[in-house]
Amino acid sequence: MMRTIPRILFAAILAALLFAVIALGQEAPFMASFPSHPKADAATVNRGKEAYKLNCAYCHGEDARGGENGGTNILRSDVVMKDQNGERLRAFLQNTGENGHVATREGVLKFNFTDAQAADLAAFMNDISAFIHDFRVSSRDPGRMRPPTILVGDAKAGERYFQAKCGSCHSATGDLKGIAGKITEPRTLQQTWLMPMVYGFRGFNPPADGPVKVAPPTVTVTMQNGQKLEGRLGRIDDFIVTMTLADGTPRTIHRDGDVPKVEVHDPMKPHKDLLPVYTDADIHNVTAYLATLK
Amino acid sequence: MKSTILPIRSVIRICCLLMPALLAAQGLDPTNINKPLGSAEGWPTYGGDYSGKRFSSLKQLDRSTVKNLGLAWNTRLTAGSQTRRPGSAMITGGVGNMEATAAANVKGSILQVNGILYVSAPDNAWALDARDGHELWHYVWKTRGGTHIGNRGLAMWHNQLYMETPDDFLVCLDARTGKELWHKEIADFELQYFSTMAPIVIDNHLIIGTGNDLDEPGFIASLDPETGKEQWKFYTVPMKKGDPGLETWANLDAARHGGGNAWVPGSYDPETHLYIFGTGNPSPAYTTGTRGEGDNLFTCAVVAVNVETGKMAWWYQTSPHDTHDWDSAQTPVLIDAEFGGKMRKMVMQASRNGYFFTLDRLTGEHLVTGKFGEAVNWAKGINAKGQPVRDPAKDFHPAGSLVSSANQGATNWPPPAFNPATGLLYVPTQDSYAMYYLTELDPRGAMGLGGKEEVGLGTMRSYISAIDYKTGKTLWKHVYPALGGALGNGMLTTAGGLLFAGDVSGNIIGYDAANGKILWHAYLTNMVSNAPETYMLDGHQYLLVAAGDTVYSFMLH
Repeated sequence: MMRTIPRILFAAILAALLFAVIALGQEAPFMASFPSHPKADAATVNRGKEAYKLNCAYCHGEDARGGENGGTNILRSDVVMKDQNGERLRAFLQNTGENGHVATREGVLKFNFTDAQAADLAAFMNDISAFIHDFRVSSRDPGRMRPPTILVGDAKAGERYFQAKCGSCHSATGDLKGIAGKITEPRTLQQTWLMPMVYGFRGFNPPADGPVKVAPPTVTVTMQNGQKLEGRLGRIDDFIVTMTLADGTPRTIHRDGDVPKVEVHDPMKPHKDLLPVYTDADIHNVTAYLATLK
Repeated sequence: MKSTILPIRSVIRICCLLMPALLAAQGLDPTNINKPLGSAEGWPTYGGDYSGKRFSSLKQLDRSTVKNLGLAWNTRLTAGSQTRRPGSAMITGGVGNMEATAAANVKGSILQVNGILYVSAPDNAWALDARDGHELWHYVWKTRGGTHIGNRGLAMWHNQLYMETPDDFLVCLDARTGKELWHKEIADFELQYFSTMAPIVIDNHLIIGTGNDLDEPGFIASLDPETGKEQWKFYTVPMKKGDPGLETWANLDAARHGGGNAWVPGSYDPETHLYIFGTGNPSPAYTTGTRGEGDNLFTCAVVAVNVETGKMAWWYQTSPHDTHDWDSAQTPVLIDAEFGGKMRKMVMQASRNGYFFTLDRLTGEHLVTGKFGEAVNWAKGINAKGQPVRDPAKDFHPAGSLVSSANQGATNWPPPAFNPATGLLYVPTQDSYAMYYLTELDPRGAMGLGGKEEVGLGTMRSYISAIDYKTGKTLWKHVYPALGGALGNGMLTTAGGLLFAGDVSGNIIGYDAANGKILWHAYLTNMVSNAPETYMLDGHQYLLVAAGDTVYSFMLH
């Protein structure tokens, strides 16, 4: 049994990764690099941190992302993004002109940092904003205050929903027995029960047996002479259907409109059909229920 | 004494031999782009002409002859300077020291001017002979980085070609040789802009636009095509006190970091001199702690700008206060057609958010809204202005919210096409779902694309929507049989009653534009990666399409 757990997890992760690529329009970038700024030594960064706390944090917040006293997020400011060694920062803080710190908002201060102090501040800014400069289009500004759990639903309501909508195919004492012990990460559990298999381009490889049985799609082709061919579906488009017969023989059959008759049996169809039906509360409740099946 | 006068037959022969070179030397007269697609030779700009219709008046290919369409040639392209084709010139430029070494992926329009094809992928441009596909030259830009997500194509003005690069340069090449004439920085790389748009030549204006995923303001600019000198710059969000739309942002700082990037070229109305384009999503894309609860103008909008002055004439927002990264950058399509019993000048857009709009293109007046993305569930209804009304419950949830569409949207950059004979706009469409998880509880939210994590549930089905511009209703669909897949690519339609599009399985398919009946197809080695194009050459109508790293040319035999 142990060896089956990674398989379903692998299938879920593979499905998620596959769709991540799909979501980008098959446009996973091969190169996404932006300028990195010079790294300063720890002593310089610490001096800059103290200068920041003393002079800036009141308005701009301890983390420089904006504060309750009206300061903006300065991690994304032009001055910080473009600064190398304090040269822009100092000019900005001292300048009372249109592009200076004083002009940005009434009541703000004009600072007279020395070159060295400005360089310390810039080093600190670059240090705390380092992740921005490594920002990639496929990544995200990482969550700092992440929700502690996704298990917020009502497990009893989820059980009732499960019995009503899922019970004809699945059972807590059958195929899903101990599912929460096999898929311990709640979000993976939720994604897995919502859609155990995500189809990709030009066919797919169904996951092997696991805690959640995922049957491959099959197809029945009725030839013009009445012969029926049945097997595992490979690829289907408007012109071709490929399949693997029970004895392992691969078959590719030409399609011309409705001839021959092709019937696809998609095991994910009940899952797909429910997507427009669920409320978010239904989903959270079912996940809360399944999470009890340890 | 031997005569130096050549016999007339020899003169004709020499002229014939020199003709391609003579034609190439003429370059592209910008006034030719004004002619409707099919009435002039070639494919001289992103959409074939300025209208965005991708409708060719060519008729050699029609419902009865399309079955004789056969492969003329195909050419596989290799990105980077490591591989040099025999007989082709290799030219390198750039300010960095990195090269794109992955397989080329052609995801933009291909120009055809005087029998030469000009093809692009990020950091790479090629000239191919349109008659057999052999490579004439290959230009490689050595990059300093940037997001290499795609390049939507080149622009041409006389003998000059223009390419945007992911590290924010506009590169001007001599179309005859591929040699670089100049390059100019068009956006600030330090601010993490990256540039993918196909530039557009309009008379003596060269329109450029860029992209950004980290809270920087979107803009378009007009440059002098000869020198690259800036003529004007138009920001899509308020940049100073007093700018229109500022009241829809929390404050000026929020507006100045508000996104609205110009990812895809717009269309152009020569009568009104209006360049009409779509703007991208507001930034930060998902969490709105810094940008406030207003509409966030002029993001996710169709915007009309006077090409002579750079001033905005009108706007219409298709997703007020967007929270899903569903930009409205999709190609606006300009049509003159009957509406409400009289002829009107209109513009249509099928937006990434799953809704279709018809507007008056002189004023921006809203005329029609329709929903073409069948599964789309993020909106509660339509308001009095015809705009979809966002359901906040479908933004995201700490435990996940089930949203359709997934990030890519009901449609995306692949261009639609409009056929005047059928009155239908053909749009690549998909029904997809994802769970949107809120991952940032800090009320200030996140930057860029942060604050939300999305886990996909797949594409339920992918199809072509044939939309009636008068009602916004989908009159017919062609649903691809594949169980999953993704969004299909762009469209081409013709006066021969045809519609061409790539499916989600690797076929290029010719349909009857009236009803979607399949008339022709070819299976390619990769998924179709751009919108098909057509032109006449040597008396034959060609169909051109790219599939990943390979360009396929089909000819009517």
